[in-house]
Amino acid sequence: MATVEGRRDDPTGLDVIEADGATRLKPSGDWTVHEIGRFERPMMKAASGRVVIDLSELGHLDTAGAWLLGQATEGSDDPDGDACFEGEHPYARRLIAEVRERMAECEDEPKRDGGVVAMFARIGRGMIGFRDETVDTFAFLGRTLTTAASTAVRPHRLRWTATIATMESAGVNALPIIAVLSFFIGAVVAFMGANLLETFGASIFTVELVGIAVLREFGVLITAIMLAGRSNSAFTAAIGSMKMQQEIDAMKVIGVDPFEALVLPRVIACVVMAPLLTLAAMLAGIFGGMVVSWATLDISPAFFIQRLQSAIDWSQFFVGMSKAPVFGLVIAVIGCRQGMKVKGDVESLGRRTTASVVQAIFAVIVIDALFAMLYLELDI
Amino acid sequence: MTGAGDDEIIIEVKGLVTRFGSHVVHDGLDLQVRKGEVLGIVGGSGTGKSVLLNMILGLLTPAAGEILYNGRDMTTLNEEERRDLESEWGVLFQGSALFSSLTVRENIMVPLKEHVTMSRSLMAKIADMKLGLSGLPANAADKFPSDLSGGMKKRAGLARALALDPEVLFLDEPTAGLDPIGANRFDELIKDLSKTLGLTVIMITHDLDSLHAICDRVAVLAEKKVIATAPVPELEDNPHPWIQEYFHGPRGRAARAG
Ligand SMILES: Nc1ncnc2c1ncn2[C@@H]1O[C@H](COP(=O)(O)OP(=O)(O)O)[C@@H](O)[C@H]1O
Ligand SMILES: [Mg+2]
Repeated sequence: MATVEGRRDDPTGLDVIEADGATRLKPSGDWTVHEIGRFERPMMKAASGRVVIDLSELGHLDTAGAWLLGQATEGSDDPDGDACFEGEHPYARRLIAEVRERMAECEDEPKRDGGVVAMFARIGRGMIGFRDETVDTFAFLGRTLTTAASTAVRPHRLRWTATIATMESAGVNALPIIAVLSFFIGAVVAFMGANLLETFGASIFTVELVGIAVLREFGVLITAIMLAGRSNSAFTAAIGSMKMQQEIDAMKVIGVDPFEALVLPRVIACVVMAPLLTLAAMLAGIFGGMVVSWATLDISPAFFIQRLQSAIDWSQFFVGMSKAPVFGLVIAVIGCRQGMKVKGDVESLGRRTTASVVQAIFAVIVIDALFAMLYLELDI
Repeated sequence: MTGAGDDEIIIEVKGLVTRFGSHVVHDGLDLQVRKGEVLGIVGGSGTGKSVLLNMILGLLTPAAGEILYNGRDMTTLNEEERRDLESEWGVLFQGSALFSSLTVRENIMVPLKEHVTMSRSLMAKIADMKLGLSGLPANAADKFPSDLSGGMKKRAGLARALALDPEVLFLDEPTAGLDPIGANRFDELIKDLSKTLGLTVIMITHDLDSLHAICDRVAVLAEKKVIATAPVPELEDNPHPWIQEYFHGPRGRAARAG
């Protein structure tokens, strides 16, 4: 007798006996899903040629155990016939037959490909994906603008409540964090300027440095990046979960245009709030620079402001401000579009939210560079 | 194996009180589940059937009362005992609750991976077997839950609930959303499993055919309590107005005739 598995204190086991050109399998003890893992190999090895299963020592059997036992007689002409079984068991044969009958013939798990070719394929897919995303974003922008135009003709169609609510959540509620961040950025710029310019004896130019940097770039960039991280992801998540619950489909069927109800209020709120937030960010940034100048360079606030007025042209302020609504528009459009792209599963919601933030920040930086080139050419 | 006549109590709910804020859902609810029986739970929408299930599963904490499993208060179990218990239970939630990032087959393999040591290929085979048991077509194995219809999700959820051949099976409206043929096969499967494996089944259902076909006893939830627990023929004679309307309304009569 060859005991394949099973310790002495553990009654669960399997005896495999080769006799008269047939393989006799004698399972013993409880054959449940918790135990059968170790019998897979011996069972599969034994399951060739004529197999007889002796059920007399078998204890409790569940469907997993029944499936494994049934596999052994699979090759026989009549896998559930009397020829394949010996011994008595209250329900084993019924269960084995039932499991066999209901077994679904599934294909094997698909293999995940790897290697160099797969890597190039991924790069290629990524490039095509980038192109498609860009084209699609412009299409979405166009759709949003036509909706905006048709709403402008009939202003009563605008969802005022939703628009104002978004203004509050995306705009007003972001004010403290944007102001604090800008304050610190202004302070850091002033510190750096003070250190560097002092060596040339030109520390008074710190005022210009802070003024130009904050007004032209940092005020609007901080605002845009905060909007992208804060509101844009919220837009994607909100619209995406509505998409998952088929709420968008329900809207369409009822005759509500999702662009009008969901996208436009968010876009308008962002376009309106971005300049206001930018203004706050500029003020906070200049305040930060002023505080540092006062503390480290002994430039009094009164002198700081006077110098700011005389040395810095209003055009710096307008350059910064002119970018704000564009950033607001781009951020809202990207957030809403990604939300609309969510499919039925949670995974895609997470993926889209990430994509939305990454794309928005990417777009903001690229557009900022384009603006810089434009104003350079225009000599502003 | 154990039949319905066995009077051993496997789950006992005593004096359960459930509150959400000021909204009292259960007030002094008692329920006994016998080993090896198929117990149906019926009640109007919003009477707290799903909440009761969550209570028994330990997903919610009762405001008062206790829930005993094999005579032991569930809140006193330590982590290891709790884990063992979980491997004895299979649950099909009302919304199926499949993991959306996994394929159907992988969903069924999750409990196996968590509780059992065996090769991945054997796990996949067992998952396929459960898939067949629950009546899903073979091509569903590699689909994601978002690509399945509501009824198919139910079946996939059942396959996952059956993955470990549990001793107790909890089903929340399992036949809702199934076509009548599918629902019949579902009933047959539950009946077979409970007979062959001595499975205890607790099933919330609105399907009168299921109640007639497979439930050994039915508990009626109304007025924040279980107002009656009895086999269907006995319940039909219960004078309570809700029960009368439930079993003797037009749908109830049709189910009995069928
Ligand atoms: N998390 C929750 N918070 C507040 N109320 C809840 C919560 N879950 C359920 N309820 C309330 O409890 C009651 C019972 O719900 P449920 O058990 O889902 O009903 P059903 O019997 O149809 O399954 C309902 O009135 C529901 O509003
Ligand atoms: Mg419910």
